[in-house]
Amino acid sequence: MDAFASLGQLARALNHGDFSSVELAQEHLARIEASNPTLNSFITVSAEHALTQAAAADERIAAGTAGPLTGLPLAHKDIFCTDGIRTSCGSRMLDNWIAPYDATLVARLNDAGMVTLGKTNMDEFAMGSSNENSYYGPVLNPWDPTRVPGGSSGGSAAALAAGLVPIATGTDTGGSIRQPAAFCGVCGLKPSYGRVSRYGMVAFASSLDAGGPLARDVADLARLMPLIAGFDPRDSTSSEQPVDRLEALALNLDESAAMLPPGLTIGLPEEYFADLDGALAVCLDQARATLEKLGARCVDVSLPHTAAAIPTYYVIASAEASTNLSRYDGARFGHRCAHPTNLDDLYQRSRSEGFGREVKRRILTGTYTLSVGYYDAYYVKAQRVRRLIRDDFLRVFEDVDLLLAPTAPNPAFPLDQLLADPIRMYQQDAFTVPASLAGIPALAVPCGMIDGLPVGLQLMGPHFSEVELLEAGMAFQTETDWHQQHPEATG
Amino acid sequence: MAAHQTNLMTIHQDDIAKLCRLAQIALDDGERAATNADLDKMIQMIDVLQSIDTDGVEPLAHPLDAAQRLRADEITELVDRDRYQASAPAVQDGLYLVPRVL
Amino acid sequence: MTAPWESVIGLEVHVQLATRSKLFSGASTAFGAPPNSQACPVDLALPGALPVLNREAVRMAVTFGVAIGATINPFSVFDRKNYFYPDLPKGYQISQFERPVVGAGKLEITLQDGTRRTVRITRAHLEEDAGKSLHEKFAGKTGIDLNRAGTPLLEIVSEPDLRSAAEAAAYFKKLHALVRYLRICDGNLSEGSMRCDANVSIRRAGVESLGERTEIKNLNSFRFLERAINVEINRQIGRLEAGEVIFRETLLYDSDRDETRPMRSKELSDDYRYFPEPDLLPLEFDTAFIDAARAALPELPDAKRERYIADLALPEYDANWLTEDPDVAAYFEAVMASFGNARLAANWAKVAANWVMGEVSAAVNRDQISFAAIPLRPAQLAALLARIGDATISGKIAKSLFDQLWRSDDPTLDVAAMIAAQGLEQLSDTGALESLVAAAIDENPAQVEQYRAGKEKVLGFFVGQVMKASAGKADPKQLNALLKSALAKD
Repeated sequence: MDAFASLGQLARALNHGDFSSVELAQEHLARIEASNPTLNSFITVSAEHALTQAAAADERIAAGTAGPLTGLPLAHKDIFCTDGIRTSCGSRMLDNWIAPYDATLVARLNDAGMVTLGKTNMDEFAMGSSNENSYYGPVLNPWDPTRVPGGSSGGSAAALAAGLVPIATGTDTGGSIRQPAAFCGVCGLKPSYGRVSRYGMVAFASSLDAGGPLARDVADLARLMPLIAGFDPRDSTSSEQPVDRLEALALNLDESAAMLPPGLTIGLPEEYFADLDGALAVCLDQARATLEKLGARCVDVSLPHTAAAIPTYYVIASAEASTNLSRYDGARFGHRCAHPTNLDDLYQRSRSEGFGREVKRRILTGTYTLSVGYYDAYYVKAQRVRRLIRDDFLRVFEDVDLLLAPTAPNPAFPLDQLLADPIRMYQQDAFTVPASLAGIPALAVPCGMIDGLPVGLQLMGPHFSEVELLEAGMAFQTETDWHQQHPEATG
Repeated sequence: MAAHQTNLMTIHQDDIAKLCRLAQIALDDGERAATNADLDKMIQMIDVLQSIDTDGVEPLAHPLDAAQRLRADEITELVDRDRYQASAPAVQDGLYLVPRVL
Repeated sequence: MTAPWESVIGLEVHVQLATRSKLFSGASTAFGAPPNSQACPVDLALPGALPVLNREAVRMAVTFGVAIGATINPFSVFDRKNYFYPDLPKGYQISQFERPVVGAGKLEITLQDGTRRTVRITRAHLEEDAGKSLHEKFAGKTGIDLNRAGTPLLEIVSEPDLRSAAEAAAYFKKLHALVRYLRICDGNLSEGSMRCDANVSIRRAGVESLGERTEIKNLNSFRFLERAINVEINRQIGRLEAGEVIFRETLLYDSDRDETRPMRSKELSDDYRYFPEPDLLPLEFDTAFIDAARAALPELPDAKRERYIADLALPEYDANWLTEDPDVAAYFEAVMASFGNARLAANWAKVAANWVMGEVSAAVNRDQISFAAIPLRPAQLAALLARIGDATISGKIAKSLFDQLWRSDDPTLDVAAMIAAQGLEQLSDTGALESLVAAAIDENPAQVEQYRAGKEKVLGFFVGQVMKASAGKADPKQLNALLKSALAKD
């Protein structure tokens, strides 16, 4: 079978009886086993668990009780709790931790009969844009093994690009689905805040974290979305917004006939294009032309507070993270230092040994911005600016339906290049954090190659406009074949 | 820590020590110097916010304008202590053990 | 001459709300379960676990607010209070800092001498309780039990309006009665259902500004609260009079040594970094929610006491006694209700009060049970009192029946049937009594002589004889009259 077959193609072949779910899982597991020593996209491969799930799926298929995705394999970012399979979050802190429960997203996909092949590599606690902050070592970019796959969902994006899995989950706090998708030439959707339950998703920044899918084409994202979206009583910030339109979209999916919604107006925010690298600008121009050809009207718009997004994001995300990570204290689970002499020693050594440098940096930054005398100047100030940023989007969406922008300011960069300069690393997120702060959905889609490396466009829409984004993305992929280009085997 | 002064931020060793104490993170001497430099850069970066006019703008805590949903007062969690404690570093008689507190 | 010292006290009272499940999780709040058997992933702060707010806890907080006439904030926010301690699994407590659910209200207290004072309540907010640390069980280790972690607390903060330890104790007692009346707390002090922190300072009478204050943590009995505050007031006076200063510090009261001393706990931080809890949205409710809580308020102790005095003509002492504990008042009112319509029942109020305060209370104390668990049904007690009232039985017989009913714990036992079956009716048939009297006179001529010679004390001898002959069933009043007239004859 084709390593780059889409979820849709695999579903058809599976239902047609071309192979069993167990065979499908075995073949993917073999590919993962072959590639992982070099690519390092998986932290944990759950072969036994996968084969058990696959066998159960085959029974469901035989019994005629299968759902549309029953028996299809996937990988979860190692941030989602999986009952009985280690959930490390890319950290030494949780190297030994086996969750006693499934994240809501995981439980829903298990119930749908999907087969978990393993847990993908990631920046520690999802803090990073290069996957170099993983306790388990960096993931290599399948397009060029000297380069990063992006982060923090770099393992999921790289596994897709290398043909190891047909679909994977990720999380996006400031771009962690979209930027690695762009760097690896795959697609990723950051849903609206509250669209996908955060229960069982190890928290980084509670008011920003969004779980979502990565896949090789937009139609596959659309296939997974109705399974993972929707209200969860275990997450107070989960939205009661109905998912019927997502369900309808997945049910009647015909990606070859996808069209843009008629009369679609797409805004191009000038702040995202102002200093854009020439080659990338060309790719975006072509994307704009393609969308216009498909019937969209493109207009220039302005989101005046865009430049403030990075500092706003780093204040809010670090503050929330600094206290979300207080539960890692060596007392009830996770890493505990050897022979603690007293309580402070237990806390300090367990945390200092268990967390990597970037995590400690963000904890200290967040502690600083929340402390007495600084709270108003940084945290409250950032929350006010956050409203300005969100209101920019609300205002512009009165005039346009969607926004088109680049996903990242550059293609994948070489390993080690930005590691010593956190501030430059943070600039990688310049185009992705505004949507995170506003809580709006955003879709990353491949739109070109620069020097043999993929780059991606980003479509952003109003809150809960996932269907419109997916329709636009699918339409775009009827006219382009960037998503059908694959790296040569690196494994 | 010293009172905040816009655009004049450099972080002092004392401040780092206090942050480490609050966050329960121990840095060795080498790490401390690097962290000091990193935090200085971070603070410089976030200080840009001070130049943005936010008069009359309410802080935004959540991107969606939603109110808290309330849960019925029902016992829905059946506790399987042994399972929950399977990954615990030190447990005895069902209690989590830490170094003597007092 | 210097003015006398005046103490200034404010209390922060933590009330455990009587919900079935925790404030943010569906784990049980029941007291006394094996360690960590009621700690679910949310309470253990496992990675990925998230809080979901309990509606009942919010309703109880609002109920308290409307009961003290407080402002209810239709928009309130939960915050994180950050510090590391093993009984605080998340490394932060979810509390309410800047926008509590209940705003300013007030509570009237009555002091020993009958004076009334109004104590202003600053605010009341919802927060989660911590777990428990067990220091004694293991050598060199502390054991952590998180069953209590996440139990809902209502923290009630008063203004520094209290001027003595006795006033503080009276306020604490009043709150205790109120939360029990509202059925929002079981009021079980020994299980820690109500705990109190006292802020204490002193100043010279007439001085406006407040002195430096200290905070005594974790007082959980009326007696210790009063003693700890008195000890602390005396310590502060001693220091100031010796020319020393008071430091703002947090103290613990050691009841064995009767002293306050500084707390050395790591729970204390100089910077709690409060900020809005991002895992929760703002708590908003409409006026209907508040109106419903107000409409559901039971009659509160003050109103009840006034009603007992006005409508039932009970003395103030009785009214206070009966209304302090809602279970006592409920029992008393159930007895009253068994007398039929309210106007008739009012005639029985004093008798019922006497029995509740006397026999019933003594038996409750003897058996160490609560008034809610009395084995004698209110209707049975009412029937018993009615039979005394219509002179069917004597008070002495009534007490013996009371004991039988109490011990049997049988709601089907009927007082009238018991009286009939055991033949306990008072002998009030004049004929029968007259013949007993005549027999006693016939059999004791010497005593008749003595009586007639003016020794009237001998009457008691005849009463005893007839009582004995009637097995205690003679109506003493009637007997006295019959004896006197019989002895006066001839």
